[in-house]
Amino acid sequence: MKYLLLVAANLRRKKLRTVLTLLSVLVGFLLYGYLGAIEVALGQGVEVAGADRLVVRHRVSIVQPLPQSYGARISRLAGVEDTMHASWFGGVYQDPRNFFAQIPVEPDRFQAMYPEYVLPAGQAEAWRRTRTGAIVGRRTADRFGWKIGDRIPIQAPIWQKKDGGNTWEFDLVGIYDGRDKGTDTTTLYLRYDYFDESRAVGKGLVGWYVVRVKDPEQAESVARAIDAEFANSPAETKTETEGAFAGAFARQIGDIGRIMRAILGAVFFTILLVAGNTMALSVRERTSELGVLKALGFSNRQVMAVVLAESGVLALAGAGAGLGLAWFLVGRGDPTGMLAVFYVPAARWAAGLALAAGLGLVAGLLPAVQAMRLRITDALRRA
Amino acid sequence: MTHPILQAAAVTWISLRTIPQRRGSSGAAVFGIAGVVAVLVGTLSIAQGFRQAMTAAVAPENVVVLRGGVDSEMLSILGPEEVRVVEDTAGLARDARGALASAELYVVIDLPKRSSGTDANVPLRGVGPAAYGVRPEVQITAGRRFEPGRSEIIAGRGAAAEFAGLDLGSRVKVGRNEWTVVGIFSAGGGLAESEIWTDAVVLQDAYERDQSYQAVYARLDSAGQFDAFKDALTSDPRLNVRVVRQADYYAEQAEAVDRLVTVLGTLVAALMGMGALFGALNTMYTSVSARRREIATLRALGFGGGPVVASVLLESLVLALAGGAIGAGLACGLLDGYRASTLNWQSFSQVAFAFAVTPQLLLEGVAYAAGIGLIGGAFPAIRAARLPVAVALRDL
Repeated sequence: MKYLLLVAANLRRKKLRTVLTLLSVLVGFLLYGYLGAIEVALGQGVEVAGADRLVVRHRVSIVQPLPQSYGARISRLAGVEDTMHASWFGGVYQDPRNFFAQIPVEPDRFQAMYPEYVLPAGQAEAWRRTRTGAIVGRRTADRFGWKIGDRIPIQAPIWQKKDGGNTWEFDLVGIYDGRDKGTDTTTLYLRYDYFDESRAVGKGLVGWYVVRVKDPEQAESVARAIDAEFANSPAETKTETEGAFAGAFARQIGDIGRIMRAILGAVFFTILLVAGNTMALSVRERTSELGVLKALGFSNRQVMAVVLAESGVLALAGAGAGLGLAWFLVGRGDPTGMLAVFYVPAARWAAGLALAAGLGLVAGLLPAVQAMRLRITDALRRA
Repeated sequence: MTHPILQAAAVTWISLRTIPQRRGSSGAAVFGIAGVVAVLVGTLSIAQGFRQAMTAAVAPENVVVLRGGVDSEMLSILGPEEVRVVEDTAGLARDARGALASAELYVVIDLPKRSSGTDANVPLRGVGPAAYGVRPEVQITAGRRFEPGRSEIIAGRGAAAEFAGLDLGSRVKVGRNEWTVVGIFSAGGGLAESEIWTDAVVLQDAYERDQSYQAVYARLDSAGQFDAFKDALTSDPRLNVRVVRQADYYAEQAEAVDRLVTVLGTLVAALMGMGALFGALNTMYTSVSARRREIATLRALGFGGGPVVASVLLESLVLALAGGAIGAGLACGLLDGYRASTLNWQSFSQVAFAFAVTPQLLLEGVAYAAGIGLIGGAFPAIRAARLPVAVALRDL
């Protein structure tokens, strides 16, 4: 207890300096939280990819379609539990800036494949009954203020309807939520049967397949079996786990991880300098006091502990406040309006606190060692 | 020494000369600000480089004709009749072979990125014979042009550098077709350098597109004829097309990535700037308190408050500018010209670009540093000027 009082007294000694140091640590950890959210968002769902799901796409490019008949052939392969197909609708709601994905699927298979999209039973039933029905994620519904029962008009430059128009109208029959925080709830899902029947061209073609394997351990060998099944056909496939697929897509954007780490490195280097320098300064100013403490019988180790505790308290308090603020700001949504998910996984918060403890230790170490080595006579003479 | 400016100069000189005594805290401020400026200039150089790649080397006379209502050639489709009508429209520049209009196809293929080994969407463009006339900036730097009718491709130098398998002479297997790389081309730093080109007719065959195209790239006699050309096409009942200047089309395509990088970069730099500001404040308060006696002595000798304020501000400014210069130098030395590629959302394909640290970005970085320095010095300066002389001297 007496040590705590000592630490508190030391921190209060130059309040302004303590506050400024605290604030710079706070800003550093605010950035840590914020950049973490950006990295996760640009990672395109790598963190939440299903380990037992594979994505099958056209070998040349995902833009090339695959025949609908592949579904049955994939289902027959050993190790495959379930399949579904999906396509890219690529429509525009009012303005191209209002981007969100729209994907035609078969409702039952879709719901079986993606349990992380939670749709109330009544709404799922309504979707099954309504051919022109569509469901949308909470984020997009909130973004445009849509309610169940709304008719949503969407322009589809890729898909002309049989009647020659490009405007498709969907009845919003359901709004799904994400089971986990990282679940992307921006996509609108429409019914494939309605889509396929109404489109003028491309009938019987789908964008890609999603396959659930019986055993995630076998994912790689099932993927090879699928690609072998369609080798030397007009539409060869490329099959990857959902995580690998998302990871490759994220790397298309660029080496986000490396850029983020470089920025964070610069941030922490800066904070370490500022905080470390302040700590060193305040210890130097108190040389004579430390001498008095030692003369009173404090051991070297106790003096070191007091100095280390001081930097530790500064770092943890600043980091706690910074992470808290980051949590609040990240919760308010992404600043660009273009990222599908914006959150920080729990593990990163924990890593943040560990970093804070590390920062306190490193920043306090040099002055603490100096304080420990201090000889009473030297310290008192300097006063 | 009674003039305030002379006084300020004298006091500033003292404070600058004594910086080495406060090496630690001054160094922390300098490097803090250097870090901020490096990050600011670095991230903005990404946006700048991307923008340059998207908009460089586009002639004002160039136009793109797409199907009506689409915003990317990826989604566009034009039939052979429509293409013929466009080619016959008045206002197009001509060379010996006819109108400078190239009907083109645009598809993406998967090629592994050299940096990560993972697949990326690389644009493969089928062009007509007039393509080189429409884009005179395209120059073969190695090998030769592809021969019409053969499965040959030429790769932009950005694409060749970023993606594996595009070296001169190598073969690229796409689906059941095999292409031979017969040339590498430059395009004045423009977007075409990210692309692979081949004969449109061969590509139509490979992709079973019959006679259809996706866009017509054309060159007008003069940029001023754009409106007349556009009106002629959009009012033609046989056509349903969208006519845009090529520069506007590219700017549209660049918007999303540009906005994302700029917003995020500015945000991060603003937050880091706050962190560095607190650091600078700490340094300058420390500097002022270390010189309490000096300042009090000067005041007792008759120096005014103004010169004291000026000296603290100037010291802070000098430190900040030093930091800004180091940061800008770091960004320039480490990042300028760094080659990367990213996915452009609108065209769903890769754009190869180089980070561009421009003089303007450097200036912005240094100006930002100066701002941090001035604010970081202002409050401590006021405190220094308000220091009660008697109390400070008694500390002696």
